Amino acid sequence: MIAIEDLHWSGGDFRLEGVCLHVPAGGYGVLMGPTGCGKTTLLELMCGLRQPDRGKVRIHGADVTGKPPGERGMGYVPQDSALFPAMPVARQLGFALEIRRRPPAQIRERVQSLAGQLGLTPLLLRMPRDLSGGERQRVALGRALAADPSVLLLDEPLSALDEKTRDELTLLLGRLRRERALTVLHVTHSRREALRLADCLFRMEGGRVSAAPLDGIDEGGTRREEIP
Amino acid sequence: MSSPATRHPFTPFWATLAVIAVAYILFLVALLATTAAYSSPGQIAAAMRSAEIRHALQLSLATCTAAAILSLLLAVPIAYLLSRREFPGKALVEALLDIPIVLPPMVVGLCLLIFFQSPLGRAIETVVPFTYTVYGIVLAQTLIGTSLAVRSMRGTFEHLSARPEEVAMTLGCTRAQAVWRVTLPAARSGMFAAASLAWARSLGEFGPILVFAGATRMRTEVLPTTIWLELGVGNLAAAISVSLLLMALAVLVLVALRCAGERP
Repeated sequence: MIAIEDLHWSGGDFRLEGVCLHVPAGGYGVLMGPTGCGKTTLLELMCGLRQPDRGKVRIHGADVTGKPPGERGMGYVPQDSALFPAMPVARQLGFALEIRRRPPAQIRERVQSLAGQLGLTPLLLRMPRDLSGGERQRVALGRALAADPSVLLLDEPLSALDEKTRDELTLLLGRLRRERALTVLHVTHSRREALRLADCLFRMEGGRVSAAPLDGIDEGGTRREEIP
Repeated sequence: MSSPATRHPFTPFWATLAVIAVAYILFLVALLATTAAYSSPGQIAAAMRSAEIRHALQLSLATCTAAAILSLLLAVPIAYLLSRREFPGKALVEALLDIPIVLPPMVVGLCLLIFFQSPLGRAIETVVPFTYTVYGIVLAQTLIGTSLAVRSMRGTFEHLSARPEEVAMTLGCTRAQAVWRVTLPAARSGMFAAASLAWARSLGEFGPILVFAGATRMRTEVLPTTIWLELGVGNLAAAISVSLLLMALAVLVLVALRCAGERP
């Protein structure tokens, strides 16, 4: 479960004021809003890359507001994938376990299992510069899932991809969420992604977040599709 | 698809720029060619047989390498700090770091000499003697090499997104671990370029070394000192031979820098 309680943050002219948000355990929350409204800042506050002026971030009931980013049990996939430039795919997938000093055999096993799950097995020796946009995002996803987080934060992970790859990854996200019982908060501008993935929808505007009805984004008669 | 070069017609504007570039490059090539033609292979071989010049070559290579390593060790943390953080007085810090580059070389040497006459300098010299020693050569070279390496490394860090570091922190790294495991490996060719710049600049350093470390043959004589000493005794052939050697080393560094720059 993700709960944000009365979160305040200010930086320069920009501020978040009293942000509240709740995604139930195993739920898939989608956060939408205009560019520059603070969606990325909110995710960074949640995963500990920024400290709020006030308010709390709770994960499954535990207050993680003061904890370092790596101890919050969250996986984070930024918009540009932010792969480690000098690391092959296999090391990116094993990075979280390498940092936790897990035995090499366990790291190898996890890398193989993630690569299989995400269709990355033929790419394990490739460097990030040799990957396509869709491959990069799958690696970023695998890297974030390696330490078995219970919460996944996705910052427009599919925005730079072509429609076919986006559809494939949307299916993959739905499947991963079910298989791993993940609680997800997914930032996107895409109504299509929101319709296909969201259990609960939030709209951010003017530094505030409000819950929005799912059928509120159903424009043009698009029907909500079943997540396979 | 046509390349940018073929898309633009060769107008008088581009022709003027090309003439300026070609004239300057021809002058550079002429400088190198006339210096090279002034000497013969026999004269170069004779100069290389001189024990003093061989000692100066070895000392130059050793001190430049030490100075390049020290410059890099100082430049990496300083450049990282400047590229990733805003803090009060940052503009002043940036200006101070450029001082060794903009000060006349002789003045740098004089400043070093005066500093090591102060109580603090003398205290330091009880541990490591710098004035008129090989350590002094390395210190003078490092002082200027670090300023150049900081500029170069800052460019490298500013080109590398901070995002991967932040992701590494969400995966369990501390900031230091993220820099060590993610950023520095990605900055490898930038570090090589910075060290090469510091090395090349150190190789040609003369003024501060002359003032601070002296020009004692077989002790504190580096290759630029050799040129000065040989010219002083009218041995033009040896001075030119050493100059050619310095030119060859500079070209080597240039090639290495190009290779590092072209690496992805």
